[in-house]
Amino acid sequence: MKTLCEKYARKLVKQGLTAPGDPIVGGLDAELVWNRQDQRIKELAILFDELSINSLIFSKPAEPFATIIDFLASRYPDTIRPEDTETRTFLHDIPVCREFSAQAIVANLKKRKAVIIPGNGIISYGTVTPEQGFVFYSSTIFACFVLFFSEYMKEAKTGTIDTEFQAAFDKAVSHLPAPRTDLPTLATGPHNDEEIILSAMAEAGKAVVEYGLVDSFFGNISYRLGKIIYISQTGSSLEELQGCIDPCPMDGSSTAGLTASSELTAHEDVYRRTPVDCILHGHPKFTVIMSMDCDRTDCKNRGKCHVACTECRSIEGVPIVPGEVGTGPTGLCNTLPPAVASCGTAIVHGHGLFASGVTDFNEPFKRLLETENLCRKLYFERLSRLID
Amino acid sequence: MSNPICGWTGKVLHIDLTTGELTTQYPARAIYEKYIGGKGMAGYYLRPHASLKWNDPNLPLLIFTGPLNGTIAPTSGRSTIMSRSPLTGTICDTSVGGKLATQLKRAGLDGLVITGTSDKPCGIEISDDTIEIIETDLWGETTDVVFDRLEADGPNGMSIACIGPAAENGARISAIMVDRHHAAGRGGLGLICATKNLKYISIKGTGKVRVHDKETLKEAREEIFRLTAASPVLMGQHGFSCWGTGSIFDLMDSRRMMPTDNFKKTRFEAAGKLNAAAYKTAFEPRRHGCKGCHILCKKIAKDGRNIPEFETMSHFTALIGNTDLELVVQANDLCNRLGLDTISAGATLACYREITGKNFTPRTLIKSLYEMANGGYLGKGSLDFAESCQKPELSMSVKGLELSAYDPRGAYGMSLAYAMSTRGACHLRAYPISHEILRKPVATDRFSFSGKARIVKIAEDANAVVDSLTACKFTFLAASLEEYAKAYTAVTGVPSSAHDLLTVGERIYYNERIMNAANGFCSGDDDLPPRFFTEEGTSGGGIEIKPLNRNDFLNAKNNYYIIRGLDKDGMPTAETTERLGLTL
Repeated sequence: MKTLCEKYARKLVKQGLTAPGDPIVGGLDAELVWNRQDQRIKELAILFDELSINSLIFSKPAEPFATIIDFLASRYPDTIRPEDTETRTFLHDIPVCREFSAQAIVANLKKRKAVIIPGNGIISYGTVTPEQGFVFYSSTIFACFVLFFSEYMKEAKTGTIDTEFQAAFDKAVSHLPAPRTDLPTLATGPHNDEEIILSAMAEAGKAVVEYGLVDSFFGNISYRLGKIIYISQTGSSLEELQGCIDPCPMDGSSTAGLTASSELTAHEDVYRRTPVDCILHGHPKFTVIMSMDCDRTDCKNRGKCHVACTECRSIEGVPIVPGEVGTGPTGLCNTLPPAVASCGTAIVHGHGLFASGVTDFNEPFKRLLETENLCRKLYFERLSRLID
Repeated sequence: MSNPICGWTGKVLHIDLTTGELTTQYPARAIYEKYIGGKGMAGYYLRPHASLKWNDPNLPLLIFTGPLNGTIAPTSGRSTIMSRSPLTGTICDTSVGGKLATQLKRAGLDGLVITGTSDKPCGIEISDDTIEIIETDLWGETTDVVFDRLEADGPNGMSIACIGPAAENGARISAIMVDRHHAAGRGGLGLICATKNLKYISIKGTGKVRVHDKETLKEAREEIFRLTAASPVLMGQHGFSCWGTGSIFDLMDSRRMMPTDNFKKTRFEAAGKLNAAAYKTAFEPRRHGCKGCHILCKKIAKDGRNIPEFETMSHFTALIGNTDLELVVQANDLCNRLGLDTISAGATLACYREITGKNFTPRTLIKSLYEMANGGYLGKGSLDFAESCQKPELSMSVKGLELSAYDPRGAYGMSLAYAMSTRGACHLRAYPISHEILRKPVATDRFSFSGKARIVKIAEDANAVVDSLTACKFTFLAASLEEYAKAYTAVTGVPSSAHDLLTVGERIYYNERIMNAANGFCSGDDDLPPRFFTEEGTSGGGIEIKPLNRNDFLNAKNNYYIIRGLDKDGMPTAETTERLGLTL
């Protein structure tokens, strides 16, 4: 258990979510272990007595995330309600806890998987492994980032930005890393051998995470060889895909894809519609933010844009479609494939970007990165026009 | 109760089949909040009688609903049937689907406590407030005949639970069949009905369940729907909704943990031709499900026969060396009609095959099932047979209940869960397959015991809650108690959270440990057959299936006892008992 605690502490730092040396990760089987010593552990240990959990993650986020969550916590004293897909599907909402005490934290963690303690950080838990806490921690940061920049844009449109928001925004923006424009050199295709495909997928998955184009364990990746789709498994980390890719025959002869990504149906439909060989799906933050930016405040579908938007929206030719995760009646499996088939790339409202390519992952990666950089540029251009 | 009760009906009906007396009881609200319903309430009512012998007329047969039954909460169609097992001597509860719970709730009842023995074969017929014990001429009939006859004469939508000849003839692996397609299979509860001369129960209700906060319940329902839609296992194109639970079959093959030849091997060469896709091609199944479920994991062949569940698919092929798909469907159908538990039946045949060295032909296989149901010695289960041959180690069972179709050498958490389960080798008590194989909520290392003791304990508590609400465990491959706590509070008005419910689950499960301990079960019973510690599985394809390390297993077991609050012999302690609001 200690090994796992240390692994996820390192991962939080590696993904830029927290500062080195900050994460406290605890794990309990018969005995409670921590990744490191800290005076706050005495209080945190009480959580293991009060909750049926086996792991806990506590850390102050790195900038700009610390500024963002503290600001949102000041605006929403009890509960933050982001509207992106990750929140809608998995987190529901994010409670705010006003004091660093076991009693107060327990009261909040009884309701939700992660809680924000302003000025202190985010605390999340797992009942199976520390990986769950890591996912919830990461999702909380992602959701708050999207909400923060979306809210700022909204208030810019109505001219209601106050000095606190402006200060927080300026500080957050000053900590944004410069957009990456360099492209990785990924294996060139076409790939005709299973081992090479698995290796190419692992390489592309790592690059997506390294470039910050997906948070935590979300996103997925696939490659088609003949009538078999190789796709990342559900809940797999794109940077650790070895042993986590399922070969799924397209002829219905096997259900080996039971553990495949929840978006297998969408990927397969894209492959049936168009002669592409690979698909990359990430959650680039500004792409998600811009997908939710709509000026039609009087629209009858306002509030349910993620499933009911009927507008033909796009960003520089990349279509934006509604759709929820998976295969339900409002699932993106119904809306995404025709959009990707016609444009090669499509954005799912509040969720992320799907990019396809022929022969290898260089093309979809380029589309993913360029779309994100474009969305980031558009975001600040639009802001600039509004504020000027 | 001062406030109108929501979720529960507030009534439990006691039926004494010896005297014909019917008594309605109104349990205190505190009892409901302490045990929720389903498995929890049934355990509460079993506790005072749990040490009675299985054939004692005073031993109750308990059928309980939960607060979510009859509401719009997703997958809320399941009920609990519970008593003491004639097969194992442990407590034995089964969660069963269909519409039994829904109809019972609509008839205004939270549960039935059935005691006594009728002097003649009888049925219990419930139609709202009208409850009758009726002499029946259906004794001796197979379950399909019972369903045909009762459905022809009864109102539309009624629910029927019945036993077949297996139970009547003393089979300790006999099932109770519900609404034709669903089985309360494990542990021989059919025989409890038979000892009471009870052939069937039919229920039709027309009432409604009062819900405290309909809007919040709708919100919770939408959240659960959203999560299940995002689940590849449940709603994905290779998932349960499309293919039934048989969709696990290919995974068990590829992970090299398909029990083969009575667990001597873990890979069956012919598996690729016996998977869910093969059934789909051969039998053109349609979807079917429990009342209130949107997943519809049950599959029914074009000719009306049930498509076997995953465990039956596996045990009637790999475990006994059969490659005939049609024979599996025949055997499954026959077990359903005779009222036999398919898992125990398949595993008992495998034990017989290994000990005698005799392979089954289609004819001898079907004949063996008939013999099981007609009082033959195999109807007493694999342990009884293996002991009679002085080879008890060849019964692949825990506490006398046969293992299902997940080889424990391929999933170490599963090995611990089999051993610790309060009803014997049940895969569903903690279902570590969810994280060890299906990657939900996240993946764990299936070849490690690290952290598994606590994971198993928490999962047992969680599933005790699920079986008490009642809901379907499969939904929890996507949703969690967080969403269901919201539904529970919305339905009942009882403030709650996932962690509050887990505490209730801990109480419910500990209560079962107390009952088992009172019946002499201790650490020595929390163990696996020796084969799993001494023999390798079938390695290959980059996967090594080693024997379980005995020391690692014992360490994990010891950790489990510490975490569960038991002493080193696996016995309940006064301290934990008191903390959970129970008594020894």
